[in-house]
Amino acid sequence: MGRKLLLEKAHVENIRHFDVYRREGGYRSVEKALKTMNPDAVTEEVKKSGLRGRGGAGFPAGMKWSFLAKPEGVPRYLVVNADESEPGTFKDRYLMEFLPHILIEGMIVASYALGSNRSYIYIRGEYWWIVDILEQAIEEARNNGFLGKNILGSGFDCDIFVHRGAGAYICGEETALIESLEGKRGNPRIKPPFPAIKGVWDCPTVVNNVETISAVVPIINEGGEEYAKIGVGKSTGTKLISACGNINKPGVYEIDMTISVEEFIYSDEYCGGVANGKRLKACIPGGSSVPILPANLLLKTAKGETRMMNYESLSDGGFATGTMMGSGGFIVLDEDQCVVKHTYTLARFYRHESCGQCSPCREGTGWMEKLLLRLDRGQGKMSDIDLLWDIQRKIEGNTICPLGDAAAWPVAAAIRHFRDEFEWHVLNPEECTRRNYGLAHYADPLEVTVA
Amino acid sequence: MADEKQLFKVTIDNITVEVEPGTTILMAARQIGGDVTPPAMCFYSKLQGSGGKCRTCLVEVSKGSEKDPRPMPKLVASCRTTVMDGMEVKNITSDKVMDARAGVVEFLLLNHPLDCPICDQAGECHLQDLSYEHGKEGTRYEFSRRTFEKEDFGPYIQLHMTRCILCYRCTYVAAQLTDSRVHGVLDRGDHAEISTYISKAITNDFSGNMIDVCPVGALTDKTFRFKNRVWFTKPVQAHRDCDKCCGKVTLWNRGDEVLRVTARKDEWGEVESYDGKPGWICNTCRFDKKKLSDWVIEGPTNVNRHSVISTNHYVNGKVPQETIAEVMGGRQPKLLMDIHDVSDVNDPSVDLSVIPGPATGATFNNKKQQ
Repeated sequence: MGRKLLLEKAHVENIRHFDVYRREGGYRSVEKALKTMNPDAVTEEVKKSGLRGRGGAGFPAGMKWSFLAKPEGVPRYLVVNADESEPGTFKDRYLMEFLPHILIEGMIVASYALGSNRSYIYIRGEYWWIVDILEQAIEEARNNGFLGKNILGSGFDCDIFVHRGAGAYICGEETALIESLEGKRGNPRIKPPFPAIKGVWDCPTVVNNVETISAVVPIINEGGEEYAKIGVGKSTGTKLISACGNINKPGVYEIDMTISVEEFIYSDEYCGGVANGKRLKACIPGGSSVPILPANLLLKTAKGETRMMNYESLSDGGFATGTMMGSGGFIVLDEDQCVVKHTYTLARFYRHESCGQCSPCREGTGWMEKLLLRLDRGQGKMSDIDLLWDIQRKIEGNTICPLGDAAAWPVAAAIRHFRDEFEWHVLNPEECTRRNYGLAHYADPLEVTVA
Repeated sequence: MADEKQLFKVTIDNITVEVEPGTTILMAARQIGGDVTPPAMCFYSKLQGSGGKCRTCLVEVSKGSEKDPRPMPKLVASCRTTVMDGMEVKNITSDKVMDARAGVVEFLLLNHPLDCPICDQAGECHLQDLSYEHGKEGTRYEFSRRTFEKEDFGPYIQLHMTRCILCYRCTYVAAQLTDSRVHGVLDRGDHAEISTYISKAITNDFSGNMIDVCPVGALTDKTFRFKNRVWFTKPVQAHRDCDKCCGKVTLWNRGDEVLRVTARKDEWGEVESYDGKPGWICNTCRFDKKKLSDWVIEGPTNVNRHSVISTNHYVNGKVPQETIAEVMGGRQPKLLMDIHDVSDVNDPSVDLSVIPGPATGATFNNKKQQ
């Protein structure tokens, strides 16, 4: 049984409220940080912990904090990215819904470290009921002296505001989020300058995921070095995984990144195996944007090692045979699922969510969607598969923000690993509307090539 | 004595140029000129904040700077990337760049209606130039192109949303030149559109400059609509005393008729600057002064000889010696057909600049009956 740091107290009744949360040991980190540490020491502690951004990119959080420009007389801002819109990812929702105070607590500590007197939570508009929960939690924290002026007599002022988005996936991209927070159209900005230099209202800003900020609480409580001992290598601490798809027990799980993918899917503690006794076909382990993997490559890396649930192991083999940890949206597909249809669904999502600012993404996502729909319906041509490959190649890396990459990768990975399923759709235009390709050889053990 | 300015050395396609710090790669390349300059569809040096969107100006940075020689991992938008000392940039010498640019051109043309034969911008369209340079002859797109609801922008500006490439230049013009911006980009993704909220006319005093900055035929001059092809008109430089703007314009004439008035443009298709100030013109000069007597003519406009507009141009032009008569023993070539024998279209006796709205068949037929 792995260690739990964030969800340890999630089952306690009324943990959503300040009194219970405080009784269970909440807000200790605020006391420790504000009374015994200076801001730089907090940042140093986070650096030592090796905490990596939980939003998807996995950039070391402490490093991001230390990049923050600190010119005199210019306010700095902390913005928490709660615009969790990635298909398959719903970990932040769970965290904010059941443990809003851990986010508030983490934000106070992080704001102290960064010198932010006004911090924001940018939450997706569809999470309307969580806004109420968060605002209630902020109110409770303020009434108990953890927010407002001169917190705990330390002389540090901090206030937290919740800002609702209006239903755009692109506003989860940090610069689009900042634009939207400023009240403008949510178009990503052109970087550089990065938010650490010019963010909200051109002031230095740090944008962090909900889970990243929440993880600051156990880091301060236990110390960065203790936190770094959990997990393996550069994947330190615990990670929330939101598992969904064809599994027996979908839900949010906290793992310490030392278990294997196989164990995560099949053990009763986590997903509890593939539903209805079906066989595993494919999996997207990190939210819709990361490459899909067939069962054989998912459980074992190309080198024949067991694939573990951590940043390094999941990305082992690069995009050719690996994938990414991403935001932890673990989507499992059983043998009855059609990869072509699945890829089409994702392409439709990205076409809908492209902001339309730069041409490759605006035009390319729509084109890919149309081609995939045609292929899915059995009306495609063999050349469409190569065309799709060429389109995704021309989108990837050529756009302003990573949405272009996110739209290109699932298509690329689907063609890379499931090309014969695409070809089957072309060759059997009639049959593919009636039945699916099935598992085929996607779970067969692969030959290990010895270097 | 003023401090000597530290200049940055930047090498673009093996040509080295010294520029001031803070210059973008694109502006440095423009100092070199020629093929080295990446095309720019959305960047407009006179509009703050423009650029970075169309991705046609992507270049490869093979050496970051003298201090940090690492190459940049991705292609960068040259219009928004500032140079560093010792930077080495590859534009047309990089296969990666050419490939990506061909991709961008294909993407831009994907939903473009390609209605050049009926588009007023044809002949001075940046997308035409770009496709000619970097595009492919065919398309791989086999689906219907997107269309939009028609939107009326009032008496001066005609919007063709299907032609738009969403460069955002016109929104910058409205934000930076006019008193209030009434139009913007609505919706997102491939259904994003330039529009007003809701159905307003754009009549602001400097709004006509939106037409000048539009790289395609999405925003055209309603008073010039369907009046003539640009290559049949003769551009001349002219000016007048205007209390609102610089009053320096290009008149697009046919004979003594002023068909259209635009701001003067430089070799990059941008409005020219006078004493460091961009020469935007006001709507009065652009739309209301359509008589030759309103203007002081300075002389013919210098037009790039590669431009289709220069086909009617006469400065520095060498008329080739007529040889047919020579080889045919003094006989003149037989004219197969004079177009005006069979068609009244563009009948020189019809004064296009005085008719209200676009010329139609009725315009010429009525003339015939009189």
